[in-house]
Amino acid sequence: MSRRKVMRILPWVVTPALVVLIVAGWHLIVTVGQVNPFLFPPPGQVGEKFVGLITGGTVWSHTLITLSEILIGFGIAVVSGVIVGVVLGKFAWLESSLRPLIVISQVAPKVAFIPLFVIWFGFGLTSKIWLSALLAFFPIMLNMLLGVRSVEQGHREVMSSLNATRSQTLLQLEMRSVQPYLFAGMEVGIVLATTGAIVGEYISGSEGLGFLVVSSMNQLDAALTFALILWLSLMGLALYLIVNELKRFFIPWHESVYSLRNAAA
Amino acid sequence: MPVMSTTPPAATTGTVPRLKIQGVGRDFVTRSGVTHAVSGVDIVIDRGEFLAVIGRSGCGKTTLLRMIGGLLAPTSGSIEVDGHNLWRGSQVDESAITKLGFVFQESNLFPWLSVLDNIALPMKLRGVGKAARRARAGELADLVGLGGFGRSYPRELSGGMRQRAAIARALSTEPELLLMDEPFGALDALTRERMNLELQRIVLETTSTVVFVTHDIPEAVFLADRVVHMTPRPGRIRQTLPVEFAKPRTVDLTTTPEFNEIVRRLRHDIDEED
Repeated sequence: MSRRKVMRILPWVVTPALVVLIVAGWHLIVTVGQVNPFLFPPPGQVGEKFVGLITGGTVWSHTLITLSEILIGFGIAVVSGVIVGVVLGKFAWLESSLRPLIVISQVAPKVAFIPLFVIWFGFGLTSKIWLSALLAFFPIMLNMLLGVRSVEQGHREVMSSLNATRSQTLLQLEMRSVQPYLFAGMEVGIVLATTGAIVGEYISGSEGLGFLVVSSMNQLDAALTFALILWLSLMGLALYLIVNELKRFFIPWHESVYSLRNAAA
Repeated sequence: MPVMSTTPPAATTGTVPRLKIQGVGRDFVTRSGVTHAVSGVDIVIDRGEFLAVIGRSGCGKTTLLRMIGGLLAPTSGSIEVDGHNLWRGSQVDESAITKLGFVFQESNLFPWLSVLDNIALPMKLRGVGKAARRARAGELADLVGLGGFGRSYPRELSGGMRQRAAIARALSTEPELLLMDEPFGALDALTRERMNLELQRIVLETTSTVVFVTHDIPEAVFLADRVVHMTPRPGRIRQTLPVEFAKPRTVDLTTTPEFNEIVRRLRHDIDEED
């Protein structure tokens, strides 16, 4: 077998093997180690709960709620992040005058805002959507800002030697050349949007997967908590893969996509 | 060494030259004062002529080419393309700049466009229809020897192939004047030699007028009808040397005593600068 082929197959062998190893180790610790199953349930019990969860009805309606919070929040973050990032990237004087404010809001622990959002927007979906949007906004905006600044000077000269108009340069050059930066921001942003929605549900409200996690904790049902965390992780993975797939579709030419595709070919 | 006239042979009197540069200069204001990057340059170029500009780095050859290409406004003098003034103050005249094609030292191809789409980009900006664009881009890809690579991305090409694509892109609007800024400077010697032959063929086939900036003396002598030698501080023309070998020229020419005599003379003059 060639080295390349081995590299291709490797993750498909190693990942399942590791999962099996971890689950087996987990099972061993719980059974042999005499750990209280109420605190640290064995994998079999978590698996049962998980199956019960997805075959039962309630988890789906809660999933739908959490998903819509994430997607609406993420959507707001993408639109506003792109607009603010492009404007700040284009007008250097604006960026330098707002920089202290940007840095402060960037380092501020944004989950601390939830109580405020609850006061402003109530216990419903809206407060979670805003937290989700706020968290996802920064990586998208900052990447766009960097992207607008990083348009290659040589490419700009090509456009001016061709006497391109401002709008042609915007559409044919700038909008294309920022795409890798946009997707880098979106990959981080979707994970943060998910975190935002769930943390929001932890704090307030009576629906969504975060709420289910908290109520399973209140019932001291650790196996259910584990099962819900597993479900949340799978949802997060699905969302990330969708963004990643969009990236592969829109910027197949970019290093981040191209090198992976060629390593796999 | 006598300073030779920069006007071409008398055959052109009466007709409008392709390019007429008169008293062109460019100053840059720096912290240490004013630098005269280019000063008092006069050149007249005929239709179908191949002019090479050589000189050391910092002699103003690239600055001069950028002024001719509409990328940098001159601080003095005038540049006329087919009798039209290229610059109105610091603004470029649209009807003049559309007659130009520019090839940079880096290919500057857009990585998100296929080779064909890169070649077609100037036509797209001018509103040429998709079908016409495709057809013309295909022809140009064939002309520069990239026939089988139209759908590749630039990253999949070698340096020489990228430069071919950049030349095809510059040719796509059928420019009256092709401006090339050390287009093969980043290529290895063997590829460079092949690209010079290719460029000669393309220029002869398309009957283009070319201004070619390089610091490679044999390259300049091999390609050009006239070689302009520039000296720095301030950047001005030191001499203009006609190169009268018949075209198309072959690699064998570069080993003849006549060829090497011109190369030797230019090298001697450049060495003598300081």
